[in-house]
Amino acid sequence: MKADPKRVLTGNHFMNGNHAAAEGAIAAGCTFAAGYPITPSTEIVESLAARFPKVGGMFVQMEDEIASSICLQGGVWSGRKAMTVTSGPGFSLMMEHIGLAAITETPCVFINVQRTGPSTGLPTKVGQADMMQARFGSHGDYGIIALAPSSPQECFDMTIDCFNLAEEYRTVVFLMSDEMTGHMLEKVVIPEANTIDLVERKFYTGTDKYLPYKPEANGIPLMSKAGMGHNYHITGLTHDERGYPVLTQEVQEVMMERLMGKIKNNVDKLTRVEEFMMEDADIVLVSYGISFRMAYRAMEMAREKGIKVGLLKMITCWPFPEKVITELAKKVKSMIMVELNYGQMYIEMDRFANAHCQTHLVGSACGEVHEPETILNQILEAAKK
Amino acid sequence: MENKEVRLGGFGGQGVILAGMILGRAKSIFSNGYATLTQDFGPEARGGAASCAVILSDEPILYPNVFNPDVLLAMSQGAFDKYIADLKKGGILVIEEDLVNPGEVDPSITLFKCPATRFAEEIGRKIVLNIVMYGFLVAVTGLVSEEIARKGVEASIPKGTEKLNFAAFEKGYQYGIEQKAKLG
Repeated sequence: MKADPKRVLTGNHFMNGNHAAAEGAIAAGCTFAAGYPITPSTEIVESLAARFPKVGGMFVQMEDEIASSICLQGGVWSGRKAMTVTSGPGFSLMMEHIGLAAITETPCVFINVQRTGPSTGLPTKVGQADMMQARFGSHGDYGIIALAPSSPQECFDMTIDCFNLAEEYRTVVFLMSDEMTGHMLEKVVIPEANTIDLVERKFYTGTDKYLPYKPEANGIPLMSKAGMGHNYHITGLTHDERGYPVLTQEVQEVMMERLMGKIKNNVDKLTRVEEFMMEDADIVLVSYGISFRMAYRAMEMAREKGIKVGLLKMITCWPFPEKVITELAKKVKSMIMVELNYGQMYIEMDRFANAHCQTHLVGSACGEVHEPETILNQILEAAKK
Repeated sequence: MENKEVRLGGFGGQGVILAGMILGRAKSIFSNGYATLTQDFGPEARGGAASCAVILSDEPILYPNVFNPDVLLAMSQGAFDKYIADLKKGGILVIEEDLVNPGEVDPSITLFKCPATRFAEEIGRKIVLNIVMYGFLVAVTGLVSEEIARKGVEASIPKGTEKLNFAAFEKGYQYGIEQKAKLG
């Protein structure tokens, strides 16, 4: 299906990443958002609150992030595409319900405009230190998808991707933005609605008894929505195909295999990366989100010095592009992760690369983006070895 | 053109960030160029001071931070005091002359002064002082052409305010051309 022209602000805009993400959500068909505004994500909900009444949709400001993250799931079960938006401390509060969305397979989008932590940290400064939290923050095992934008344009494009992936896999999808990308203004090209492909929710239309957790051939069950006439139960407890709690190890295993499998079995299909100057590279920078831009500049500086450096940009951070990393590691001398934390995605990169090449981290305490020179120094070190 | 970096600073309410947005919009939407605008989102930006930085380029911009701008537009003494030391040697300093006393500036720096608030009051509304200043900035620096600069204004103002805003832009731009001519 194509986007609805009434919901797409077609044209060239000079806008910040947060406004672009809001426009992406609207274009993607999101008609419900619940949130508790928090710096540096506030512009997104501000935008949604202003735009929804004009294009169809509702924003509810809840009493806190715990309520927001459960409210949006009610919106989804009523048939809407829904999301919430937060940062740092708010993201921590949402963890419990991310687990609920995972076990109930509620397709929804969480945008985290990352700031500096831990705790309230530096509310107005950039960070990328919630990457592991996005993957593992709620208790129990589950799989999620996370994308990282590095520009306002990507905030628009990737928010649409997030909604499409959420519907396709019936999963939680995170847009892991950051303060700088969110607040930075750049040109954003919003295309014609008829060029924007949307994935619509698949509802059960059969006449037999509806089994809300009976998977289709692709492992993903069809949904229903309030008012379609199906009686069913949505629970955070381990459940069978009927959705009823069945508290046995056998049912848990069936449920978990499918929950984990729908991401794990599709890693190759989900993996999205971009490669730059990789042809002759023997040192490879790996980065994502805002840090990609600093890494790119450092690569150019190193190339000017005659060092053969390439760059891998991760668009999907979760599931981690493990095969791409391992294949690259076999070809190069060193891989350097550039990120604004003390080494979160570095742990993953190292796990899949260290059997084949050296791995390094250019991390940060957050608060400010990397100086390209800092990255260059690590490249020079790696080149010596 | 290589990257041109501009820092704009003033009081909250003067519209300095809007002026930066108009400049970035002019460059990135109405020419084939690129622009990246970043703002200081420190706690201080919630109080009296406001500032932003704009990078203009003919190529995609990667590194978004500005440390040593080519141009500093200071619309308050506070912004001048805070940012003058960062201005690149040989750079251009543009000030609101009734609000900023620059004292002795580095001889490599070219100084342009505009009484934008007074001009805006003459035009009829003080609120357009940022548009006067923007017109002046564009005229003395040539960061974007007059035509493109004007399109940036047109795309950024509420409907019904065109006459007022264009008058403000014209005033600042013409005064800028005169001041530049005086300099030879």
